[in-house]
Amino acid sequence: MSDARILVIAEQEKGHLSSATARVLDAAGRLGGSIDVLVAGSQSGEAAQQAARLTGVAGVISVEDSAFDHMLAENMGALVVSLAAPYTHLLCASTTSGRNVMPRVAALLGVGQISDVIAVESADTFVRPIYAGSVLATVRSLDDKKVMTIRPTAFEPVGEQDAASVSSAASTGEQGMTTFVNEQLAGGERPELGGARVIVSGGRGLGSAENFRLIEGVADRLGAAVGASRAAVDAGYVPNDLQVGQTGKMVAPELYIAAGISGAVQHLAGMKDSRIIVAINSDEEAPIFQVADYGLVADLFQALPELERKL
Amino acid sequence: MKVLVAIKRVIDHNVRVRIREDHSDVDLTHAKMAMNPFCEIALEEAVRLKEQGIADEVVAVSIGDKSVQEQLRTAMALGADRTIHVNSDTAVDSLGAARVLAEVVRRESPGLVLLGKQSIDSDSSQTGPMLAALTQMPQATFASRIVIEGERLQVTREIDGGLETLSMSLPAVVTTDLRLNEPRYAKLPAIMKAKKRPIESLEIDELGVEVTPRQTLVRVDIPRERQAGVRVESVDELIDRLKNEAKVI
Ligand SMILES: Cc1cc2nc3c(=O)[nH]c(=O)nc-3n(C[C@H](O)[C@H](O)[C@H](O)COP(=O)(O)OP(=O)(O)OC[C@H]3O[C@@H](n4cnc5c(N)ncnc54)[C@H](O)[C@@H]3O)c2cc1C
Ligand SMILES: Cc1cc2nc3c(=O)[nH]c(=O)nc-3n(C[C@H](O)[C@H](O)[C@H](O)COP(=O)(O)OP(=O)(O)OC[C@H]3O[C@@H](n4cnc5c(N)ncnc54)[C@H](O)[C@@H]3O)c2cc1C
Repeated sequence: MSDARILVIAEQEKGHLSSATARVLDAAGRLGGSIDVLVAGSQSGEAAQQAARLTGVAGVISVEDSAFDHMLAENMGALVVSLAAPYTHLLCASTTSGRNVMPRVAALLGVGQISDVIAVESADTFVRPIYAGSVLATVRSLDDKKVMTIRPTAFEPVGEQDAASVSSAASTGEQGMTTFVNEQLAGGERPELGGARVIVSGGRGLGSAENFRLIEGVADRLGAAVGASRAAVDAGYVPNDLQVGQTGKMVAPELYIAAGISGAVQHLAGMKDSRIIVAINSDEEAPIFQVADYGLVADLFQALPELERKL
Repeated sequence: MKVLVAIKRVIDHNVRVRIREDHSDVDLTHAKMAMNPFCEIALEEAVRLKEQGIADEVVAVSIGDKSVQEQLRTAMALGADRTIHVNSDTAVDSLGAARVLAEVVRRESPGLVLLGKQSIDSDSSQTGPMLAALTQMPQATFASRIVIEGERLQVTREIDGGLETLSMSLPAVVTTDLRLNEPRYAKLPAIMKAKKRPIESLEIDELGVEVTPRQTLVRVDIPRERQAGVRVESVDELIDRLKNEAKVI
């Protein structure tokens, strides 16, 4: 077990190391062995320094090239493959970038990929949810190189250490297949869903985009992130990046408040590992109450403004 | 342009899955099966491209035992011009599926390949990018908008922070997200007609691709169920309990 050599592929958020990286390192630590981190992008200096200070990191590989700025799969895939030779494990968070890049890496290396790992049993055996989290599968990889994505919320962030060394590696550059055109990022003042301590989510019960302000009002009182069900996103109340669930974001905050959300299994898949769940719904039979620690049968148009006032 | 769509047969999304008593695998006996919802979206997009005059042929392919022909017939009823069944009695994993699809791509030379972003059983989200890697095509996963202009494709992707638009050369591999389109329902006459149409059949062993699974399933478990907690009578009680009992605010 201790002879594992692990490469963690880090992501950046606005020039900083993404907060998921420290959690992926927790998973990496459970494999045993030595851990390097790859940080790639045109201005990766600061993120590389941040990675070097995370507990367990033996070395950081920094590749400064704008070809990697948007984690384009073709460019990132070629880079990771060029560095893969000495490693037994290649890890990335199961973000939209990780799920875009890592299967490409695996196929180029001719190995399988293990998606969305939530527990490490040994260096080759892992637990991952299937069927919208209603079943947990324990799988053993038969490949000599394991390419995996890690669900960040299933692991704790590692602490800090004296900085490890940062070295640079040659860029594999542009592959010339895909170009970045533009992005519309949500941004804003509120915390990001993935790392939030408190999340307030709304569903179809809100009825309109304007009414979604009721959710935002409560969220701002609590310094919380805003989430939504698929129905709320499909109806255009909020943008897609707020969707929680099997095909949206997986979250596990200290407190999750769901208002006007019925509790379909696809929604529960994304939030049922939250520590405390509150449900506000006018239908006392709504399935969300079966997973809620505190259930309030009420009209959300009364309950949410009252909650905002009294918090 | 020819569009190839990969269709997977999975358990219906409304069915609650059970596991075998010995925890060796899930128990799908008698479970209602359906086309993976993301594959329905992929097929719908292909059919719309044909209706817009951008595509001239829609070919649907599925890998699995004889039962997947049911989903291929649905695909024909929904607008696929041809269907290919790659017969395999054992389950292929994502890499295996991607290798088979790469061989089908080699034979069919499509201008665009559409897959679901994930299948709702294994939730792997791997086959599309793997296929792109094996065929050296550009890839766009989690697509919520596709625009084809001449030899290039513009795809808007649903990413964690919002939306991202990429431009790429064709042929390319695209995997579909939920908001790309709303699939139509098959009409009865089309369903009846599809019953009589031929399905092309290939044996997986004859494709010359290595599909031995790279993973073994050690066991499956049902996660610990959350217990329903208490009903609170008022907003005041809720705040009080969150503060003093759960200590989360
Ligand atoms: C392949 C697939 C993937 C999916 N992925 C996801 C996913 O990632 N995330 C997700 O969330 N869903 C997902 N879904 C959809 C999921 O099945 C449900 O349709 C969806 O979660 C329902 O959203 P909702 O609870 O907001 O709406 P509804 O089910 O319509 O529930 C609305 C609720 O609001 C309550 N309500 C109405 N008015 C009031 C009021 N005034 N006060 C209080 N309560 C009120 C109602 O009682 C009801 O319970 C997926 C489905 C499929 C097939
Ligand atoms: C409970 C369970 C047990 C399993 N046990 C094993 C096992 O013991 N050994 C093993 O090797 N695998 C096993 N599998 C894996 C499963 O058979 C594969 O995961 C699957 O067939 C490969 O695709 P995917 O679901 O990972 O694809 P994803 O990447 O999630 O699917 C994305 C898209 O790829 C396309 N696609 C995927 N598969 C096909 C297909 N067959 N035909 C056409 N298009 C397709 C579709 O467009 C689909 O929307 C198991 C899965 C489950 C859920």
